[in-house]
Amino acid sequence: MTLLRIRNLSVDFATASGAFRAVDGVDQDVDTGEILAIVGESGSGKSVSMLAVMGLLPWTATITADEVTFDGHDLLNIDSRARRRIVGNDLAMIFQEPMSSLNPCFTVGWQIKEALRFHLGLNRRDRHARAVELFEQVGIPDPEKRLSAFPHQLSGGMNQRVMIAMAIACKPKLLIADEPTTALDVTIQAQILDLLASLREETGMGLVLITHDMGVVAETAERVSVQYAGQKVEEQPVGDLFDVPHHPYTAALLDALPERATERMLPTIPGVVPGQFDRPQGCLFSPRCKFADDRCRSTPPPALGAELGHARCFYPLNTDERIAS
Amino acid sequence: MTDAPVMQATALQRHYEVSGGFLRKPRLLKAVAGLDFQVSPGKTLAVVGESGCGKSTLARMVAMIEEPTEGTLTLDGKRVQRADWADLRQSVQIVFQDPYGSLNPRQRIGTILMEPLVINTSLSKPEREANAREMLKLVGLRPEHFDRYPHMFSGGQRQRLAIARALMLDPKVLVLDEPVSALDLSIQSAILNLLLELQDRLKLAYLFISHDLSVVRHVADEVIVMYLGRAVEKGPKEALFSAPQHPYTVALLSATPQANPAGTKKRIKLEGELPSPLAVPDGCAFAPRCWKAQDRCRHETPELGTQPHSAACFFPENQG
Repeated sequence: MTLLRIRNLSVDFATASGAFRAVDGVDQDVDTGEILAIVGESGSGKSVSMLAVMGLLPWTATITADEVTFDGHDLLNIDSRARRRIVGNDLAMIFQEPMSSLNPCFTVGWQIKEALRFHLGLNRRDRHARAVELFEQVGIPDPEKRLSAFPHQLSGGMNQRVMIAMAIACKPKLLIADEPTTALDVTIQAQILDLLASLREETGMGLVLITHDMGVVAETAERVSVQYAGQKVEEQPVGDLFDVPHHPYTAALLDALPERATERMLPTIPGVVPGQFDRPQGCLFSPRCKFADDRCRSTPPPALGAELGHARCFYPLNTDERIAS
Repeated sequence: MTDAPVMQATALQRHYEVSGGFLRKPRLLKAVAGLDFQVSPGKTLAVVGESGCGKSTLARMVAMIEEPTEGTLTLDGKRVQRADWADLRQSVQIVFQDPYGSLNPRQRIGTILMEPLVINTSLSKPEREANAREMLKLVGLRPEHFDRYPHMFSGGQRQRLAIARALMLDPKVLVLDEPVSALDLSIQSAILNLLLELQDRLKLAYLFISHDLSVVRHVADEVIVMYLGRAVEKGPKEALFSAPQHPYTVALLSATPQANPAGTKKRIKLEGELPSPLAVPDGCAFAPRCWKAQDRCRHETPELGTQPHSAACFFPENQG
């Protein structure tokens, strides 16, 4: 069942020097119980598109879309009161930096119980019991004591677990995790990823994992969507994406991984992600693409069919292998 | 290892006094508790470990920002002492993690690059300028970038500038403190290539500090794995990655995500958290989280062996 359905979502930011398009015509579907990873470099609009779904963008942002529906609710034309009942309840998000996302003035216990009180209307004793249970679930040792700790008294890994406990407090149907493990050490990262995967098993929630770490994607995700400069350039099941990438950007990104290197010098992608003023006319990747020709530079390519991973490219890679297999 | 090591450390230690609160006795934090290593020209020594293991403290000691509490550091066979720091710093330079924080936003690139020469050499202004422009070319930037400000550059270009500044004084040792972890994947590979290329050309010795094992695996010659201020395993890259001996190294390797969806996933789950460095457990520091720990581990501290590849463990893995 499709839980979240996004069609042609664009986000423009009004800046002092004119409008800047951070997200450009993104389509996305997330099914119940599915793990979708959105990968891309910084500035690719992966966080902004999900913040738009959550309704957490500042007033400078203009959101346009053909459709944004979550579990039967139309999130485009919803009033803020109704949105507050969904966000944090059925639709939850784990933010990137736990240190700056938690309120330093309140204990973590107070912050987690707030969600329980607002959305579930539990009484004081039930709230406490549920908070302890949640802390145990995310692997925080000595939960009774930690509930009365302030964020600055906990380590980064602990705070991230508090964030996760808050996000799953109301058993969301869809959890959006924005770089949930970037600030953490690898051993803690492994614990957190296992925890998210096991939560998915237990509750059947959908999970959107926003990350730039290809290793995390390979080990956790089922379907991967690659974003570049605000556009979705490719989407494939995880195995196919790593084996037969169709968009040159995906292929170049995978080649740049040190662990895939065959020689001492790594293959690189020349140039940088286009910014506000140097956005190319045609394909956004064309200035950095080694296959680009005049057509790529003048006309933006449309997204191809599902069999070619929805790649936005005139000359998709690995097509022959596809037909042969 | 044909060349003589340019830098050698013996039983290097660094302690900090941490106040325990008002009217309480300060406690001793052993950030680095005894470390031996050597760095040779044209070689890369990588130091890996989780946050709080003392790898940045190590970088600061090697770069002569902080004095070791105990132990000796020798550079070219001469012992490094505080009185000589000013002269010796020319041969050891450092590149920091965050290219946004480590360049002065009010100075032009030229000024940033020439500053080390102004302070440490008696070159004339035109010579300094020529050197700086030459260096810009060397790190893959254009000489016309000389008059620009740091904010006009992307993260990758800034990291090139930080490397250029570090190389201005022709150092022998370059300390790289997480040089690529703040960069995007497509930029990261270009910077790693640059570092390798510079090393080949200038015969630099690198002390490469990182938590990213896939990067370390690509650039390192020798690897030291640190846990709570101690080296738990050291060895040549191939040996260490193919046959890790210390349980912590095994766990660290298994926890590192592999960019290969078809790969076999056998993750070793470590229990608990990294203990506070203020309360390092008796015996082996890793014993409380180790699945092989026995009584002996909790009372005796294992020492690192003398072989090229050895682990500080009584019951190492992959032995023989």
